[in-house]
Amino acid sequence: FGEGNNASEDTELRFATCQSLWSQIKLETEQIQENLNKQLFDNLISFLRQSHSEFQEKTTEWTYQMKSREIPTAALVLGVNVTDHDLTFRSLSEILQNNFTPYIALLEAKDCPGIKNLMQKLMRQLMNCYVDVDSLEDEDYVQVSQNRIRCSMTSIINWYESVTKKTDSETPSKKRTSSSRHCQSPPVVVIFKDMESFTTKVLQDFIVISSQHIHELPLVLIFGIATSPMIIHSLLPHSVSSLLCIELFQSLSCKEHLSTIIDKLLLTTQFPFKLGEKVLQVLINIFLYHDFSVQNFIKGFQLCIVEHFYSQPLSVLCCQLADAKKRVNSLSHEQCENVRRLPSFRRYVESQVSEKQIALLTEDNFLKEVIQKLLEDLHFYNENYVSVLRCLHVFTSSLPKYPLGKQIRELHCACLEHEVWETEEYESSLQLVRMLNKSDLVTILQQCVEILGSSSGNEFDKTVEKLKEFLTQFQKLEAEAFQERDVSVSSQKELQKKTDLYHLQKTLLELKESRRSKKLTKFEMLRFEVVDYIDSLVRNYLVPADHKTLHEIMYFNTASVLRGHLNAAPRIALHTALNNPYCYLKNQALKSDGGSMSNKAPDICIVYKLHLECGRLINLVDWLEAFSTVVMAVEGPNADAASSDQVDDTIHARFIRAVSELELLGFIKPSKQKTDHVARLTWGGC
Amino acid sequence: MSQPEGKGSGALEVKFVPDEEVLKHIADDAGIKVRKDKTQLSASVKRFVKKLENISDDETQEILEEKKYVAALGICAQDSMGNGSSVSGGEVYSFQTPKRSNKMAELASELAQTPGHSVASGHSECPEKTAKTPQSSSKYMLLLLMHVFSLLLQSKKKEFVSTTPYRLRKRLTAPDPYLESESEYSASCSEEEDEEDRKEVSTVLSGQKTPAKTKAASVPPPRNTLAKKNKEDKMSNLVEEYFEAHSSSKVLTSDRTLQKLRKRRLNQQTLHDLLKKAPLAYAAEIKELNQQHESLFSKWMLQLHLGFNIVLYGLGSKRNLLEKFRTSVLQDSVHIVVNGYFPSITVRSILNSITEEVLEHIGTFRSPLDQLEFIIKRFKEDSSLELYVLIHNLDSQMLRGERSQQILAQLSSLPSIYLIASIDHINAPLMWDQAKLSLYNWLWYETTTFSPYVEETSYENSLLVQQSGSLALSSLTHVLRSLTLNARGIFRLLAQYQLENKDNPSYPGLSFQDFYQQCREAFLVNSDLTLRAQLTEFRDHKLIRTKRGADGVEYLLIPVDDSTLTDFLEKEDEDV
Repeated sequence: FGEGNNASEDTELRFATCQSLWSQIKLETEQIQENLNKQLFDNLISFLRQSHSEFQEKTTEWTYQMKSREIPTAALVLGVNVTDHDLTFRSLSEILQNNFTPYIALLEAKDCPGIKNLMQKLMRQLMNCYVDVDSLEDEDYVQVSQNRIRCSMTSIINWYESVTKKTDSETPSKKRTSSSRHCQSPPVVVIFKDMESFTTKVLQDFIVISSQHIHELPLVLIFGIATSPMIIHSLLPHSVSSLLCIELFQSLSCKEHLSTIIDKLLLTTQFPFKLGEKVLQVLINIFLYHDFSVQNFIKGFQLCIVEHFYSQPLSVLCCQLADAKKRVNSLSHEQCENVRRLPSFRRYVESQVSEKQIALLTEDNFLKEVIQKLLEDLHFYNENYVSVLRCLHVFTSSLPKYPLGKQIRELHCACLEHEVWETEEYESSLQLVRMLNKSDLVTILQQCVEILGSSSGNEFDKTVEKLKEFLTQFQKLEAEAFQERDVSVSSQKELQKKTDLYHLQKTLLELKESRRSKKLTKFEMLRFEVVDYIDSLVRNYLVPADHKTLHEIMYFNTASVLRGHLNAAPRIALHTALNNPYCYLKNQALKSDGGSMSNKAPDICIVYKLHLECGRLINLVDWLEAFSTVVMAVEGPNADAASSDQVDDTIHARFIRAVSELELLGFIKPSKQKTDHVARLTWGGC
Repeated sequence: MSQPEGKGSGALEVKFVPDEEVLKHIADDAGIKVRKDKTQLSASVKRFVKKLENISDDETQEILEEKKYVAALGICAQDSMGNGSSVSGGEVYSFQTPKRSNKMAELASELAQTPGHSVASGHSECPEKTAKTPQSSSKYMLLLLMHVFSLLLQSKKKEFVSTTPYRLRKRLTAPDPYLESESEYSASCSEEEDEEDRKEVSTVLSGQKTPAKTKAASVPPPRNTLAKKNKEDKMSNLVEEYFEAHSSSKVLTSDRTLQKLRKRRLNQQTLHDLLKKAPLAYAAEIKELNQQHESLFSKWMLQLHLGFNIVLYGLGSKRNLLEKFRTSVLQDSVHIVVNGYFPSITVRSILNSITEEVLEHIGTFRSPLDQLEFIIKRFKEDSSLELYVLIHNLDSQMLRGERSQQILAQLSSLPSIYLIASIDHINAPLMWDQAKLSLYNWLWYETTTFSPYVEETSYENSLLVQQSGSLALSSLTHVLRSLTLNARGIFRLLAQYQLENKDNPSYPGLSFQDFYQQCREAFLVNSDLTLRAQLTEFRDHKLIRTKRGADGVEYLLIPVDDSTLTDFLEKEDEDV
């Protein structure tokens, strides 16, 4: 691993840090995934267990006979992010294998173009998994599957019977492996990974056939569905779908999944590595606009980590605070120079007094001390940031129209981007908070107290106290309000007594006045106070990260790199290269402004430009001539009119090359409509 | 210039003349100086048009969300490379405006440059005519040109609107001919437009009034009423225009062919030699680019090892770059190089080379899928196995199929197989759906090299390279040599007949009955069954082609160009 090209001594350390961080994060994400899926899988398994309990009891009642034509089916609605399904299914089959049944077949649409292929695939998987369970009987079953016995339902049933009989009569040692965890006659689970892409015919046939044999074979189907459960009914006619006994299971939506991931990975102090605003924005955009794939999000995150550790030599300090402090002490002189070169550190130095500036810039040891302090600051900043962010989110998420975003990630982005209190949205949300009613405000405050109380920093003790104080004041207010209401009720009673119009008017006016003044003094005052306090908290703690000194160590912010790697635009690159070669070839001759191109551009660019002028078909002769005019104009008027109809061989050759290159790039293709014509494949263009 | 010819009463027939001829014409007149000026001027015209187009582009992106999306993606426009990631997607290859108008503008600029030639005299109604001097500032000049053209278009609109109801509809929905619409002026009839343009010029020149023009007066000016509707219509218009342009079988390009150019076709070898002699433009800059890319090698290695695969895109051959990567970094590790551009490469051969050379497994597999399974199993068992796979042109003809991509994707998803590939085709990313993309786990790298695709295009059947000729000749002689004397005679007859008719462009081929007669007369066959048997043999070797004419008669053709056929006959004569 040649990480880093500066070959300094701590590349290895950096790499190790990177690896350990990534493995931690990976573990975390897997855990999250598992937790999220747990509920779903539990439900599913209980359904499976239940579905064939009758089969084991071998009831022969008539009603059961009627019912038993139906195949128990679980429809698993997983959402559109198909790429993530793989993982879900893998863990599902693992779980099923471990504590439910050994007989699982995972079918994919692309393997099963016909019913025959489907059966073959099914057989192979079932028999193989049996082989896996007790590998002693390898020979028998491998042979069977290799002999390509006729694949039919009956053969599966025969196989199933033989297997279950064996497990019944087997020695206890065997039983331990296969049937101790599984029930006596475990059902056969067939999972259709992508139900939508199966051809309807295959599905129908399979369902009809297997429903005939449901007595002998306890079959359970699981459909993976990406769109909506309605698809089952549109894919299968009623006669078929009535053979299924469907129960619906809804998995967690990918958006929720993502917010949990962000919550656990980014809004935590557990990991020192942080994403900058733009990077996060890019990742979220890719997620929302392109694929809805949490897997890809995590991959992007991984790339960020790698990129950060690769490109930032100081990322060696991007680890837990205690380690970082130790590492600061062993920094080399070069690294110190690197620190001095950081823009945020420069700003810091400039804000210091002059003696300190000199010391910072010349003495490594002093610098290291300062760095330690700054890192500590940064660490605390992170801690506080998260808690206050959550508090603010509690406030803003309940507002109508969500001026600062519904999700905490939006708020997070806003806070990272710039000073959030400067924005209009913040202003309007504060306005809205000022209009909250008391019960909402109280619950919100209670939530804040909880959040702040649970955060590790002891800095918030005072804040918590303050908030609690607010709460008690509200309670007091409530008590007062009771009394007040009594008063008002009594006053109203008074009102009813009086019938005189003049008096009525007078009292109403009085009442109005008193009410206005009262409200301002009591509840509203307190509310304003609360809002102001929250505002001050935000201003204190939600400073954007890039205002902090040494933020470069922990924050990864080069979004362009990330975007280039994950969300590349090859067409745009080609387009720019062809239209504006100066972007790549820094030659003055190519420099041009606007959209035009100089005639000295590489051949392919000229040919490309010329072909843009043409319609659907391009005459090669005309093209060649146009090309040679342009080229000759560049080379100067040495060749005169004579050469205009006899094109120079070299130019001809260059033209041929350029044209075949365009063909390779897919802009043109040979056409048979007319001799010596090519067809244009792109339409429009600039 | 185009010569209008009266044909019938009132109807004008117009011969299409390519710009190049016009250009030549002008160049002859005004000399080289003008030509040079022209290239510059046309460049600036283009720039201007482009600007206008940008304006209209912005307008089309009226859907707010789309805009938002573009903005969201463009948030990091301040790219360090400055490689134009700021170009929003809408501007590139949109179904927008095929620049027929450019061509017209170009033409116009040329026309304007030639003093007082044709157009100017026709447009006496435009007062700016007098200002039309090359010395005037180019911007103003361009505006003028635009104006002239919008006038042209307007008048044309009026003129032709009534000829067919179909056209009327199109014209009405077409954007109004204000200045900016110049660029929008649409493509739907890009082929005809030129024709009309010329027609216009010619009518103006000759001062004739076509009957159509007078009829057109009844058409109400559609501009104002439609200006508002334009925006909504535009989207559907574009689609409509696209299909209209592509559905019309009429193609209006010049009829010139390469053969008329009195130009021998270059064969592969001479082409190669010539190109070698020609100096590579901007070698220094290209080298610099390459060095930039080479500095990424260590990063690639790291990322490959972390489970990503790397795909390179951008203009220019990436072969040398990958080769350099291979020689500098992969020297000591197991790797295979796949030349995707090779026309007979298959996934199977890739898999075979892995199983045979890397895993040293002898034996065959029933299907590529089995083979893949085997490879996956082996790599999973033995974690010490590592393999680098370099694929040049992953998007080549042979590998771009769905199944091969699926297999390659599955292969690349193995943690110990590191894939680094290059793509060139503009539509290459369309090969992959979400599932494959997640298997590939790509990291995209832009490596624009500008180096010529020497190897990649050498296998291509380029139209301009005389490649098939020699091959066809040798194959002809080879096949025929293995046939009986009679069969050779039959073929000769057909060939001779075809050569006799080579000047007849509508030669349909020799009808079967005639052919049978001739063969009988030459004592080559005795029944039409024997002739049919012979023909079947020819057809199997692709020596002849049959097609049915309109009258249901079978016609026979030798699908070889005339020169080859002549060569063949000469050679046969020598042999005999």
